[in-house]
This record gives sequence, C-alpha cells and structure tokens, in this order.
Amino acid sequence: MLDQTEGYMTADGRKIGGVVMDMRNITLRFGGVEAIKNISFDIREGEIRAIIGPNGAGKSSMLNVISGFYVPQEGEVWFRGSKRPPMKPYQVAQQGIARTFQNIALFEGMSVLDNVMTGRLNNMKTGLLQQALWRGAAEREEVENREICEKVIDFLEIQHIRKTPVARLPYGLKKRVELARALASEPKLLLLDEPMAGMNVEEKEDMSRFILSVNDEFGTTIALIEHDMGVVMDLSDRVVVMDYGKKIGDGTPDEVRNNQDVIDAYLGVSHD
Amino acid sequence: MTQPVNGDSGLRSVPALLRRNAKTMAQAPAYREKEFGIWQTWTWTQACQQAESLALGLIDLGLDTGDFVAIIGRNRPSLYLSMVAVQMAGGVPVPLYQDAVADEMSYVLQHCGARYVIAESQEQVDKVLEVQDQLSELKHMVYLDPRGLRKYDHTHLHSYDAILDAGHAKRDATLPILQQREGKLDYDSTCVMLYTSGTTGKPKGVVLSNRNIIETARASSDFDKLTSGENVLAYLPMAWVGDFIFSIGQAYWTGFCVNCPESQDTMSTDLREIGPSYFFAPPRVFETQLTNVMIRMEDAGKFKKWLFDTFMAHARKVGPAILDGHSVGMMDRLKYALGELCIYGPLKNTLGFTNVRVGYTAGEAIGPEIFDFYRSLGINLKQLYGQTEASVFITQQPDGQVRSDTVGVPSPGVEVRIGDSGEVYYRSPGTFVEYYRNPESTADTKDPEGWVATGDAGFFETDTGHLRIIDRAKDVAKMSDGGMFAPKFVENKLKFYPSILEAVVFGAGRDTCVAFINIDMSAVGNWAERNNIAYSSYQELAGHPRVLEQIRLHVNEVNASVAQDEMLSGCQIHRFLVLHKELDADDGELTRTRKVRRKIIGEKFEDLVNALYDGSASIYTETEVTYEDGRKGKISATLNILDAEVFPRAAQIAAQ
Repeated sequence: MLDQTEGYMTADGRKIGGVVMDMRNITLRFGGVEAIKNISFDIREGEIRAIIGPNGAGKSSMLNVISGFYVPQEGEVWFRGSKRPPMKPYQVAQQGIARTFQNIALFEGMSVLDNVMTGRLNNMKTGLLQQALWRGAAEREEVENREICEKVIDFLEIQHIRKTPVARLPYGLKKRVELARALASEPKLLLLDEPMAGMNVEEKEDMSRFILSVNDEFGTTIALIEHDMGVVMDLSDRVVVMDYGKKIGDGTPDEVRNNQDVIDAYLGVSHD
Repeated sequence: MTQPVNGDSGLRSVPALLRRNAKTMAQAPAYREKEFGIWQTWTWTQACQQAESLALGLIDLGLDTGDFVAIIGRNRPSLYLSMVAVQMAGGVPVPLYQDAVADEMSYVLQHCGARYVIAESQEQVDKVLEVQDQLSELKHMVYLDPRGLRKYDHTHLHSYDAILDAGHAKRDATLPILQQREGKLDYDSTCVMLYTSGTTGKPKGVVLSNRNIIETARASSDFDKLTSGENVLAYLPMAWVGDFIFSIGQAYWTGFCVNCPESQDTMSTDLREIGPSYFFAPPRVFETQLTNVMIRMEDAGKFKKWLFDTFMAHARKVGPAILDGHSVGMMDRLKYALGELCIYGPLKNTLGFTNVRVGYTAGEAIGPEIFDFYRSLGINLKQLYGQTEASVFITQQPDGQVRSDTVGVPSPGVEVRIGDSGEVYYRSPGTFVEYYRNPESTADTKDPEGWVATGDAGFFETDTGHLRIIDRAKDVAKMSDGGMFAPKFVENKLKFYPSILEAVVFGAGRDTCVAFINIDMSAVGNWAERNNIAYSSYQELAGHPRVLEQIRLHVNEVNASVAQDEMLSGCQIHRFLVLHKELDADDGELTRTRKVRRKIIGEKFEDLVNALYDGSASIYTETEVTYEDGRKGKISATLNILDAEVFPRAAQIAAQ
C-alpha cells in the first residue's frame, strides 16, 4: 500500500518508512485569496514533520487540508497509496488521522476523562438505547475504551486531573488534554497545530518530551506546526517552510536553517 | 499476630515474615496501587511469588551475597517487593531519595559500592547513567517503567518484567541457591541500609538488622494495637526510615495493606479513596492541608463560613477532651455531635481522615494550633520522636496523653536518659548496627554499652514523665550577652503562620537575632488575590511591600510571645528579610527530608546575614539556583531589610 520509495535513517538512528501522506500541487483559495499556492510535499511513516513559516503563511490552512477540513481547489491528497476523495472530518478520523487545535477546542464543561473518551467515539458501536441501558455490549465497550483512555492518561501524566472539569485547568494542561484526546483515537498520523504556543519554557519542554515519546512509543507519524524555532529544529526530522502560501524550503532542520530564502522570510530582506 | 518473635519461631527476617503472611493470610490484600484509574491489588501470595521470582532473577543476573542494590523510585509495590527480594537473594537493599540529583546519587552509590540499581523510570535511569563513569562497581540496572527506554543499550539494562520472567523460567535451577541464601538470614543479618539525609555533612549509611526492624515493628504495633485490618497510604520517600518501618516492618509484622498512590500529584484524591486507618505525616503535610482548608473557607459563602467558625470554635473547646475520654457536659457533647454531622464529618472525609484511628506526626515540631485543629476534629493525631539510627521510635505519645509540646514517653523497649550536657541518649533493640564504612562516626555516636547520642537537647517533665525536645544540641548556643540561643524554637513559632513556609534564625555569638523568611506561595498568593495585589513571580510577591508588612506583623507577634519565655527572650528577631527564592533541597539548602541546613544557608547567603547586622536598609544579591534537571542558573534581587518590634524581656536572663 505504501509508496515503495525507500525510507531513510534519522540522525538519532530511527528508521523512517515510505510515504504515508503525499500532497500533490495543492492550491487552496478563499474567494480571491490564495492561501496555498501549488505546494507539494510528503510525510513519511514514523517521522516528525514540521511545517513552519511566518504569520499568515498558510500553515494552519495546510494542516486543515491534510485533516480534510478544507478541500483544495486544485491538487490531490494521497493517503497510504491512494488518492483521497473529499471527505467529512469524521471519515478522515476513521482513517487514522487525529489532530489538536491552535485555539484549544475541548468541551470546557466536561471532565478531562470525558473529553479524552470523546476521542474514542469512532470506536463505539453501540446505539443510544444500549448506551442508556448500559448493559452487556455497551458496558463492555465502555470498559475497553476506558482502558485505552486510561493508558493515554497515564502516558501523558494527567492522572491528577482526571475528574477535573477542563474549564478549571490552566492553558498548558488543556493543551496536554487535547493531545490526550487525539491520542485516544490511536491515530496513525497525528496533526498538531502549534502544540507549544503560549507555553512557558518548562511546559514546552514537557510537551516536547511527550511528542517525542508518542513518536517513539507508538510509532505515530507526527506533522506539527510550530513557531518556536528551537523546538522545531530539535524535534523534527524534516521541515517544510512556507511563506505567503508558497513553499520556500523543504529538508532536514540543518538544510532549512541554511536556506537563504528561509532566512530572508524570517529576518526580512532589505529593499535598497 | 501476637506470637513472640525470637530465635525459635523462625520469623527472623523480613522475607520470613513475607512467607508467613503468604501462608496465613494468602488472599488478604498486601499491596494496592492505583494504576489506569483502578486500584490494583496484590494478595500476600502474589506479593510473595513476585518477590521470589525477582530474587531468582537477580541471582540469575549474578547477584552475590552481600551485594548492595540501590532502589530508586516513588512508592510502588514492585519496588517495595524488590527490597524484600534483594534481601531474600542475600543482598542489601539501599533505597535512595528519588528526587536526589545525579551528583548526590553518585556519592551514595559509590559509598556503598552498589552492584545493581533497580530504578523506577527513565528519569532515574538517566541520572544513574549520567554518573556511571564514577561507579566502577555497578554491574546491572533494572527498570520498572519501560517508557522511553526502548532504544537504550540493553547490555547492562534490564526490564523488571524480563527479570521476573527469567527468574520464573529458571526457577528449578536457581531455587536451591535462593533457599540456601534465604535460610542463612537471621536476626543479625542486614535488613536494609538507609542513608541519613545529612543536616550537617555527607549522608551516612545506617545499617539496620532484621532484629532492629522486626523488634521495633513488633513493639510499636503492640503499642498502638495495630491489626491486619489497617490500611496505610505509602507516600513518603522510600529512602526514609519511617516509610521502611511503616510500609515494610509493621505491615509485614501485622499483615496490613499498604496502598500506593497513582502519582505524586494524586496524593489527596488517593488519600480520600483509601481512607487510611493509620496515617503518618511530617508536620508540613498537616500544615499544607490546613492552609488549603483555610484558603477554601476564605472563599466560601458567609453562612458556610459562619457555620465553620462556630463549630470549629466549639470543637477546639471540647474536641480534644472528648478524644481523650475526659468528662464533657451533655450539652457540649450534643453540640459536638451536631458539628460532626455538619462540619467535622464532611471535612474529615474531604481530607481523607474519616477512618484514621492512629495518626502520627514527627520529624519536626508541629504548631500547637495545627495539632489542636486535627485533634479537635476527633482525629487521634499523636507525636513521636525518633531518628534513622533508632529505627524510628525513641519516644511516642500514648493514647489519652497527647500534647503538642512534648514528644511522649519512651517507646516500649527503649531506654532514654539525659546526658550532663542536656543531650538525649537512648538504647533500644532498634538501635542501628553501624554506619557503613565509617567506624569513627559509629564510635562517636554509639558508645560500647549501646547508648546512642541523638544530637538533640531535651529534658523530661518531672510530673508527667514526657520528653520535651528543645533544639538540636549543636544549634543551641549562647548569644554574646550570655543568653541562650535556640533558633528552632523561634523558627517553629514563625512557621506556624500559614504565610510563612520556612524561617532561618541567626544569632549565635551575636548580640541580637535576625531571620530569613520564606513565604508560602499558595497562602500568600491567595491572600494577594483577595487583596488585589498584582504579581508575576515568586520573587515579586516575596518582595511586595504589603507582603513584607504582613510578615512584619507576624514577626512582631512572635517576638511578643518569645519575650514571655524567661530563658529565650533574648532570641527576639530584631531585623529580618524575606528571601527572593524558596529554600530548596536541590540547592543544598534543605535536606531531602526538608530540614533546614543552617550552616550551609549561613555561608551561602553570607552577604545577606552581614546586611542584616550592619544596619543597611536593602541589599543587592545574586544567587545560584539548580533546576530540577540539574542545570544551574542565576537569580538576582534587591532585598529590603525590615526592623521588627522588640519587646522588653519578661525577666532578666539567669545565665549572666
């Protein structure tokens, strides 16, 4: 199923597999505004792929195209070797893609546990009536799914807030709960939209550790958008750089760091 | 469980106790640990099997008789069982403080020449790997939680489960060796080696024998009539002697269940769920809980607050008397019963103390107000006095004779005497064997007749026979005018204010006393919130003029109270400052059990001490701080120095 082109070895000795997601000549327009202009790049199995760029570069739009929320006017999205037709977000989720949001999108009034459980919704098959009676299959299903959620809670070290309503949590923890919800669906591909925005150094370090552990422990492929250059360069295996909807760089952190276009985009060019 | 322990009964070691429990209480719970949101149970049979498999696996890994095995991690059944398994296999378990930084660990691991390390997680494994160059004796490491360790070089690193499986698989071949080694264990073989936290210098390895542990466990279990039905929550560091006595000694002797929290942060939830019947905590835990209750009450509605205040006032009046079984009037009893229904019961439930039959606090003096608060709720909180070298117990308070200012009468089997210098000496079956590789210190501390110097100054009250501890003998000094200087006495008074977390008083050989004060972030932060004081960091809050003013009021009140004491009225605080950083064990300012290292603090902040004495109004200072991961940084601040009101002495000092 996977693209047969060979994978590569990362600097820290992880083996990266074939192409999981292939974006081919994507163009996305909102009316007259071209948010993404003819961009192609791929995401390979098991890698941590970063999308970076200045404000308004089109990064979040790109992530929304990957997650199936936006349908591009031109171009094709290939997932696991086949072209993906326009889909509803829940269908994308069923394919094994999960995401977190830039501005946290949790159910504020619900407990952390309930929020994480919503990540299992696609795996619940019993109907409303069965759920209400909560006998037999419904109960079994709940127990099985709860166990998976509890493992995620343990993994992300949020046991102490299991029963706390999300609205009462500080920002950094909410971000972690969102990651937990995404992980609960046991995704193959995890999309993180600015997982570290607005965090202090300690929270960033924690989050980086969790992202690496997720990748290491479950072999999850991760695509992330991030502003903090230090974090991006440390975490990711390959980086796509966007500016004004165009791709201006693609490669390993070192390659990207030394790319003149990227430097110009970030530092600006003098116009004299 | 009242059969006597002696050489004949066969119960001469902790592994023997485990084997007995596996027989007599096979299906009763030995351990519980909350994992994945559910309390998982180990029966005594399962516990015994796991310990045996681990012991077999360790022998298979090459563990030899007398090898030291360091155990690092938070309280978990598998780690407790590994301490027993190590002893079964003929080794000596050495639990270490899990929050120690790599350098501290390195010292202890080198000192005992640990051959094996059983670590809880990647964090602990990393710390040991960081210093492994210095550890020539180290052969293998075993880890419990595999997360993040998959890619590590596994030539000398093994997962706990793999060792269990190996032990189980090669059972037939290894069992005879295990049986032979286990059979050799007797009353005088080493049960555990615990490192002292080291208030003054490098930690010392205290060797405790099976006799020490089992005799102490027996005597103390009888003292409080502990049964196999007790439940305890194990949350204090495994490297601390108290935890060893409670969670292994007494638990194995009486057969009660030890419950381990899910993580450090879930302590209060787990406490509520378990509802322990026997509880142990240093004063700090009780202080924090009380502070939290008070903060919550400040935010409560008027009616609730009135209800709380009214009934708490009543509880303070009659609660302790009811608890001690003294006669109390009918109306008072009725009102107390009503209070139990409305306030005390629900409050105890929230705190997790509903079922507490016996509670102990030790390690430091507890504030009388805090102590009385818990006792007035009907919680049988008592004090004990002990140290690692005594396998904890030196004195403790019998039911019905509980007071906040004494530490009780000598524990069963313990002899206590006061030396000529006022120092407390004891002799007991729990008295330690020796300091490992340190015969000089052993000889200094323990005389040939077995009397051990505690290093604390104290005296027996003539009418009640209760022991009162004044201070560390070394800390008690003279001021330049000849008056007695007992810093702890003043510091404890200061610390009883919720807003003061820690205080360090200086004054030995000087004419006046001065103090460093650490604010309590949660209490002061809440107060600041209610009073619309904006702040962005600990440092800013600690330096806020209104916070300083509050602290000054507290210091004044303490001075007023110190002035009442004939002997110590010279210890009033003339000038003080509020420190810009919290005193921290990672910076060496506190011990791992959170005791103040006065001398080190005095040297480290010498500039501040000088400023307190030279009359300057403020001082600029730079301090090196160590972060949790061992990195170092610098913080700088300009601290204001405040003058406190000093009260006339109640009486002239006799010592002049």
